[in-house]
Amino acid sequence: MAETHERPPEQFTLRLRRYDPESGESPYWDEHTIELEPHRSVLEAILQARDRFDGSIGIRCSCRQAICGSCGIRVNGEPALACHTHLDAAKRSAREGVIEVEPMGNMPVLKDLIVDMDAVHWKKIQRVTPWLLAKQPVPEREYLVEREAMVDVTQTMACIQCGACVSDCLAMEVDPGFVGPAALAKAYRFVGDPRDDQQFERLNDLAQDPQGIFDCTHCFKCVDACPKDVNPMGQIMRLRRIAGSDQHIVDRNNGHRHEAAITTLIKDYGLLHEAEMIPRSYGGNSWFGKFHPAAGRELLSSLPVILKAVLRGKVSPKLALLGHKIGKQDLQAVQKIYETVESREQRYELNLYISGEDES
Amino acid sequence: MPAHDVLIIGAGLAGQRAALAAAREGASVAIMSKVHPVRSHSVAAAGGINAAISIDDDWRSHAYDTVKGSDFLGDQDAIEIMCSEAPGEVMHLEHIGVTFHRNDKGEMDLRAFGGASMKRTAYVADITGQALLHVLYEQLMKHHETVERFEEWFTTSLLRDEGGRCCGVVARDVRSGRMEAFRAKNVILACGGAGQVYKPTTNGLIVTGDGIAMAYRAGAPLMDMEMVQYHPTCLVETGILITEGARGEGAHLLNSEGERFMEKTAPNKMELASRDVVSRAEQIEINEGRGVGPGARGIYLDVTVVPRKRTLEALREIVNLGRDFAGVDITREPITIRPGQHYIMGGVKTDVDGRTPIEGLYAAGEVACVSVHGGNRLGANSLLDTLIFGRRAGEHAAARSASMGMPEVDPNPQLRRDAAMIDSIIARPREGRRVSEIKGELGELMNRHVAVFREEQGLQSARETIARLREESRRAWIDDRGTVFNQDVLGAIELDYMMDCAEAIVAASIERRESRGAQFRTDFPERDDEHWLKHIDISLNGDGPAVSYSPVTITQWQPEERKY
Repeated sequence: MAETHERPPEQFTLRLRRYDPESGESPYWDEHTIELEPHRSVLEAILQARDRFDGSIGIRCSCRQAICGSCGIRVNGEPALACHTHLDAAKRSAREGVIEVEPMGNMPVLKDLIVDMDAVHWKKIQRVTPWLLAKQPVPEREYLVEREAMVDVTQTMACIQCGACVSDCLAMEVDPGFVGPAALAKAYRFVGDPRDDQQFERLNDLAQDPQGIFDCTHCFKCVDACPKDVNPMGQIMRLRRIAGSDQHIVDRNNGHRHEAAITTLIKDYGLLHEAEMIPRSYGGNSWFGKFHPAAGRELLSSLPVILKAVLRGKVSPKLALLGHKIGKQDLQAVQKIYETVESREQRYELNLYISGEDES
Repeated sequence: MPAHDVLIIGAGLAGQRAALAAAREGASVAIMSKVHPVRSHSVAAAGGINAAISIDDDWRSHAYDTVKGSDFLGDQDAIEIMCSEAPGEVMHLEHIGVTFHRNDKGEMDLRAFGGASMKRTAYVADITGQALLHVLYEQLMKHHETVERFEEWFTTSLLRDEGGRCCGVVARDVRSGRMEAFRAKNVILACGGAGQVYKPTTNGLIVTGDGIAMAYRAGAPLMDMEMVQYHPTCLVETGILITEGARGEGAHLLNSEGERFMEKTAPNKMELASRDVVSRAEQIEINEGRGVGPGARGIYLDVTVVPRKRTLEALREIVNLGRDFAGVDITREPITIRPGQHYIMGGVKTDVDGRTPIEGLYAAGEVACVSVHGGNRLGANSLLDTLIFGRRAGEHAAARSASMGMPEVDPNPQLRRDAAMIDSIIARPREGRRVSEIKGELGELMNRHVAVFREEQGLQSARETIARLREESRRAWIDDRGTVFNQDVLGAIELDYMMDCAEAIVAASIERRESRGAQFRTDFPERDDEHWLKHIDISLNGDGPAVSYSPVTITQWQPEERKY
C-alpha cells in the first residue's frame, strides 16, 4: 500500500503582481519567500505571505479544494486555480525558479490578483439564457430522461465558473465581444439537456451571432486552462455539430458551410485546397457554387489578408491555386478515416464522466 | 437607502432558496453575500440529498433514521416537516434543472448513505452541492427583476429598532469600501456555519460564523452549540473532505492491520453507521496505535473495492482530489484519511418557519438550529435542511411583510458606529499579534480540546485560552489601510465573529455532562436521558455566555439505545 510521504518544507519565492487602485501608481512586482512542503499549493503560499508578511495582498479564495472557483489567477503566465497548483510544479515551470503570480487576463484588474468577473465573465454567462427552459407540461415526478444524457451534461455542470478559460481565450483577446468558452460550455449544458424545450432557438441564436459559436478559433487554450476538465472547446464543437448537422441551421456567418467545405476538401484532396476554400464555403460543393456572389465579395474583402500571407511566405500562389498534392496511397488512407467515422451509427462524443474504460 | 420586504444575508443554498421563495410570494427581495453566490460553501457538499422518493420508501423511515442519527436530540416535529416535504422539494429542484443522476429507467438514481435504512440519496456525481447551487443561481439570474443581488457585500451588524425588532443590516461594499444601511421588514440569516473556528476543517475560509455571532450579539439564543460534527473521511494534512458517497458506493475503512474495524462498533451498518460513530471508531484505532501513514495518524479508505467505471462516473471529484491533493489514485490504492471538523449542528435557535425569538429575524441553513440534526447530522441531510427551511423562512417572511409597513428606524448612529469600528481596526498600532496568528492558535486549540473526545479539564483550558485570545484579538493589527477589497480588515471582523462562536461552543460543551451524538465526554461516557435529554441554549449575558435549557420535542419516537 502506498504511503503519503511527508516531505520536509522547502523555500519558494513568489513574485506577485500587485496593483493598488487607490495609490494612483501602476502595477508593480512584489517578492516574498515562503516555506512550505513542495506538494502544497500556490494558494497556501500566497496565504502564508499574506499571513506573515503583508496582509494587504488581495486574492479571492475560500474552499482550498478546487470547487468554489474563487482563486483563478495566472501562474508563470498560465491560467490556473491557485489552490490547484502544486508549488513544486509551479517552480518547475518558473523562470529562474521564481514563481510568477498574476491576475487573470481578459478581465479588468480591481486590486492585486482580483479581477472584475462581473464585467466580463458573468456578463457573457447571462448572454446565453443560462437557465432551463423546461418542456411543458412539467411532470408530477421527475422528467424521465436517459441516464447517459444526464451524465453527459454533468461535465458542463462541473464548471466552477473560475474564469480560467476566459483568461486565456485568444479569440476573446482579439474580439472582446466573443461569447467565449465558459458561457458556451454553459449553453451546451442546456442544449444537451433533454428536458430543455428550446434547443433549436438556443442554437440558432448562437449560430447567427457573429460572436457566437463560430467565433471560436479552435486554439485549445481553454481545454488546457480548465481545472475541471470541462473541455469548453469540445462543447463549442458539439454545439456546432448539433446546430449544423442535426438542426440544419444555415447560419449567416457561413460557419457551418465553412466547416463542411474544409471537411470535404480534405476528403477530396487529402489536404486543404486554399483556392477552393472560399467558393466552397459559400456555394457548397457544386461546380457552379464557385460563382456564388457572396463568395466573390468574401474573396475581394479577403484580398489584403491573402496578399499579406503571400508576402510573408505563408502561402505560395502556385500551391494556393493548384492545391497540394499527396500520394495516392496517403489520400486513400485519409479517405478511409472518413469512411470509418461516417459509417458509425452514432456520433462518438468524448465525455469524461462517461468513461469507456473497462472495469478492472 | 435600500429598503426591501425581505433581506437575506448569505447566498448559499438556504439563502438563494429563501430569496426565490419570498420573491415567488410577491415580496420585494434582496440577497446579500460577502462573496459571489456560487462561491458559497454549499458548493462543497458532495454526496447528495436525502428524500424518500423511492416507491418502497416512506418519509417516516427517513424521519426515524434522522431522529436516531441525532441521538434523539433532534426535534421530531421539525424532522417530520423536513422529511415529509423532502420528496416535493427534490422534484422541484429536478424541474428547475438539477442534473440528477438517473437509473436505467430514466428515473432519479439513489445511493446509500450513512445512517440511512435504505438507499434514499439523490445525487449529481459527487458534485451535488455545486449542481444545486449553480442551478439556484441560474434561477436568481432568471429572476433578476424580483430579486436584487448585492454580491460581495459584507454585513457588519443587524439593525434593530427601539422595540428590539430586527429591521435591516449595516454592510460594507467589499469592492469600494462604502458603508451602507439596508432597511428591511424581515432579515433572514443564511450565512452558514463556523468551521473556521477549527483547524483543520473541511470548511472554506469564508465560513467564519458571521450570522451566528451577529444574532448572538443581538440577543438571539444559540442552541446545540456543543454538537460539532467531525466527518470520518478528511485528508490528513489539509482536512479536505472525501465524500461519504465513497462509503455509500461501498468503500471500506481499514486500520494498520488491514481490519475493517467498524465490525467492532457497528456490525450491521459497518462503514455506513452515522458519522459520530464512525469518527469515534477511527479515532480509537488511531489512539490505540493502529493508525496508518506518517505518524500513524490516519486510517485507510479503500475505494478500490468499488468498480472502477462506477468510481470514475459517480465519484469523479474525489478521484481528482486524491490525485491533486494527496498524490493517490483512489481507483488503484487506498487513501489515508482521518476525522476532521465538518459541520456544526447547533446555531441560531429557530422554529420550523425559521423564526428566531427576535421579531423580524429569521435564520435558515447551517447558521440555524431548528433542530433537525440534534446531536449528529446524517450525511445528505444538510442540503435538505438548507432548502426546506430556506424556503419556509422565505415564504413566512414574505407573508409577514405583506401585513406590515416598512419599519421606522434611524440607521445613522449604527452606520457611524460600524464605520468607526472599521477605522479603529485599520488604525491599530502594529504591536501585539497579527489576526492570522490568533486565528491559527484558536483553530488548533479547538481541534485539540473540543473535538471527537472531550473532557472537563481540556474544555476549561480551552475556555481560558479563548478569553486570552479574545483580549489579544481586540488589539490585533492589520496591514491594509485601503478601502478597495480590504480583505485584511474583514478578516479582523471575522475573527471577532469566530470568538463568539468558539466561546458558545465551549460553554455548551462544558455544560453537557453526558455523551450524546457528537459530544463524547470521556469523563461522562454514557448518554443520560434522565438529565440531559434537553437542548442547551446559550445567550449573551453582558460580556459572556449564559446557559439555559429548552425541551426536546418528541412526537412518535421514544429514545432508545442507538445501535448500527
